[in-house]
Amino acid sequence: MPDFLTLTLGGLTNGAIYAALGLALVIIYRATRVVNFAQPALALLCAYLAYSVNRATGGYWLGLLVALVAGGVLGALTERVLMRPLRRSGELAPVIATLGLLMLLQAVSGMIWSAEPKSFPYAFDFRGAFSPAAVFVVVVVLVTAGAVLALFGATTLGLRMRAAAFKPEVASLVGVKVGLMLTIGWTLAAVVGALAGVLAAPPFLSPTVLDAVFVYALTAAVLGGLENPVGTIIGGFGLGVVLSYVSGYVGPELVTLASLAILVLVLTFRPHGLFGRGVARRV
Amino acid sequence: MVSQEEIQAAESRAGGIRSGRAPRRAALPPLVRHLLWALLAFAVVVAVSSVVDPFTNVRVATVGYLLLAAAGLTVLTGLTGQVSLGHGAFLFVGAYTVALLVTHVPSLPFWADLLIAAAVSGVAGVLTGAAAARLHGPYLAGATLALAVGLPAITQRFPDFLGGSNGLGFTVNSMPAGLDVPTTRWQAWVVWATVLLGMVVLANITSGRVGREMRAVRDDEVSAALAGIRVGRTKVLAFLVSAVCGGLAGGLQAFLLGTAAPGSFTPALSLTLLAAVVLGGVGSLWGALWGALALVALQAGAEELAHGLSLRTDVANFLPLAIFGVVLIVVVLVLPQGIHGLLRKIPLRRRKDSHVEG
Amino acid sequence: MLRVQDLATAYGPVRALDGVDLAAEAGVITAVLGANGAGKTTLLRTVSGLAAPNAGTVTFDGEDITGWAPDRIVRRGLAHVPENGGVITELTVADNLRLGGLWRARADRERTRREVLELFPPLAERLDRQAGTLSGGERQMLAIGRALMSGPRAVILDEPSLGLAPMVTARILRVLRELALTVLLVEQNARGALSVATHGYVLSLGRVVADAPAADLLDNDRLRHAYLGF
Repeated sequence: MPDFLTLTLGGLTNGAIYAALGLALVIIYRATRVVNFAQPALALLCAYLAYSVNRATGGYWLGLLVALVAGGVLGALTERVLMRPLRRSGELAPVIATLGLLMLLQAVSGMIWSAEPKSFPYAFDFRGAFSPAAVFVVVVVLVTAGAVLALFGATTLGLRMRAAAFKPEVASLVGVKVGLMLTIGWTLAAVVGALAGVLAAPPFLSPTVLDAVFVYALTAAVLGGLENPVGTIIGGFGLGVVLSYVSGYVGPELVTLASLAILVLVLTFRPHGLFGRGVARRV
Repeated sequence: MVSQEEIQAAESRAGGIRSGRAPRRAALPPLVRHLLWALLAFAVVVAVSSVVDPFTNVRVATVGYLLLAAAGLTVLTGLTGQVSLGHGAFLFVGAYTVALLVTHVPSLPFWADLLIAAAVSGVAGVLTGAAAARLHGPYLAGATLALAVGLPAITQRFPDFLGGSNGLGFTVNSMPAGLDVPTTRWQAWVVWATVLLGMVVLANITSGRVGREMRAVRDDEVSAALAGIRVGRTKVLAFLVSAVCGGLAGGLQAFLLGTAAPGSFTPALSLTLLAAVVLGGVGSLWGALWGALALVALQAGAEELAHGLSLRTDVANFLPLAIFGVVLIVVVLVLPQGIHGLLRKIPLRRRKDSHVEG
Repeated sequence: MLRVQDLATAYGPVRALDGVDLAAEAGVITAVLGANGAGKTTLLRTVSGLAAPNAGTVTFDGEDITGWAPDRIVRRGLAHVPENGGVITELTVADNLRLGGLWRARADRERTRREVLELFPPLAERLDRQAGTLSGGERQMLAIGRALMSGPRAVILDEPSLGLAPMVTARILRVLRELALTVLLVEQNARGALSVATHGYVLSLGRVVADAPAADLLDNDRLRHAYLGF
């Protein structure tokens, strides 16, 4: 039976990854009211690219860099090619489009890198309860989250992005290039998602490895009310710890169902998440 | 604001067409008409299954159970507007119920196994529906996706009982003594007989009062509630109906493959079912048929293509998924009004020759 | 200054504007009046780029701006204050103001900001509040102030008096006249609008049915009864 401290620390590390992927979802949801179901596949493709660079050069950091850049490019492309034509086509169409992209990218990853798990390196030594690799994950996610929050809260770019998200028409009337803001939002989200993918990949990368991580990330985002970056970060870390206890004390195969139970329980009592605004919004 | 007016105008036009058709509909009672269609369809299946090879018969049967699963999802997503990304979970329940009954209670006839599988997945559907009744849009999609990812993992929890990741293999001797037809042909008949019975029930449900109530809930929950419709109950009912269909489909799949394994019920299966529904046309049971046919045809086409081009196994294995993804994207993009346009236009156009409509 | 020629805009089968001609002269207020559904809001939305015209042209300072994106038009000096102000309630008063004219040089923005806060003192006291907590009049001030932040040469306003007390409306209209900007003002409150405007147009069912100096419109009883309801 694993001890409480180990489980807690392991949960924090996993939670950081859920928080990062959840943050990617929230950035896009705030801007477009679309849950990007393609996010895990975008992150997966980036992680595989990092894997290939790792294999070719033996360096972790160049792989990470390539993944982040690829994430940004893929995010921008997704917005421009796929989402922009669907901006006025109702609620269901963008969801279906992201699901289509999810299937396509997951299949492409499997075609290129096969369904066999590939061993993926950690950034640092991962041994021990409070390993350098674990600390790295938590610190990187916290710094990233801080940077995203600072961007939204303290820069004029962030102000323009928020305005474009809240009231696109009004934003355009005061001179904001709303389309550009959406592209930047998708780019930013996909970069954060790619980071989450690379952090989630070790020890083994396979085409479905992010499915469950995505479910936890979405749960974290929903706990945060889908629009609240801070709530999502807290939700991600909290969920990571709770699921770690479930895994350690009950069984790892029940973790996803436990996540579902938490999601349903929270939404039953707080329909807009733990940190969501009480304002009724039709979603 | 104007677009809403347009939608209302389109709806009133659609309503006019509906009411205009009412006299013609009254010619035959719906149940009789649906049964006649089902008999005709079964005759076609028997005819087709008698001339094709065993391998194609498996595909014919596959169209059958996918049709039932997609039709159930159509009721849920098309009629009540609840997007489920986890419908594979109900197929999982049905498949494992059949597998367990065949293995542990061999004295039961196979039709009883199917009925029990339908009942068990119906219970699962009611539970899911009750939990999901307050969830909308992305929240519901996320919760159902969690179900699809999480449920198959319980086979690892009870490896002795549920067979772990290898699943449960079994054989059913359902063919009556004295009947001498190839196994796959018999299987196709059993599958289609069950599916068509299910479709008749679905067609009756959706063309009647319950179907109208479901559409009212989808269009506007508040108005539906004001009109005296019990919104929560209607949504749970939709989950029940679609879960029973999914469970039956899963049971039939297990029957066809002789196994129930967690690897068959991945999230990709759930997404593929949704792809079938979207591709066929959300909101119409006919759409489920086109979708199921297209899925099997695309799968077959992908296999041919992979074989023809002698693609690597990895590429060949993932080709169908890639094609489904591309198809979903293309369907959404080339219809300028999106899925809602498809939803409102195509059923209208098809209505000329359809009897089960949504 | 701002000219609209033969402008036609349709929403699907509904023709909201059907060949409208009008001009707003530099430095004065031009009023566009008419009942609900006359096409007033559509006119402004087409001028500022929110709606695409089916036919006709919009020229601003001699430049054809027909079909330009809204953000490009406002950068060229034509600001649109939409109906109900379009204040972004989720942002603070200060952030709403900051949004206006972000492309301008910092010094220019600072100067305009001081002017706006002098013009509308209630805003200066509420800079850190969520815009959603403001009263209707304060929101209208904020919306106009935000439009002024872009340093416009012309402003188009959609019903600035909607839901406001007559005193507040009078104050806002007075400020507008004192600024000596080119103003295209859409109003249902015809009497108030004509009292500050130089020229007036009356729209009915997407067409201009009257085009006269404001004073003449005020004096024309038949027109007033038929279209303006007072």
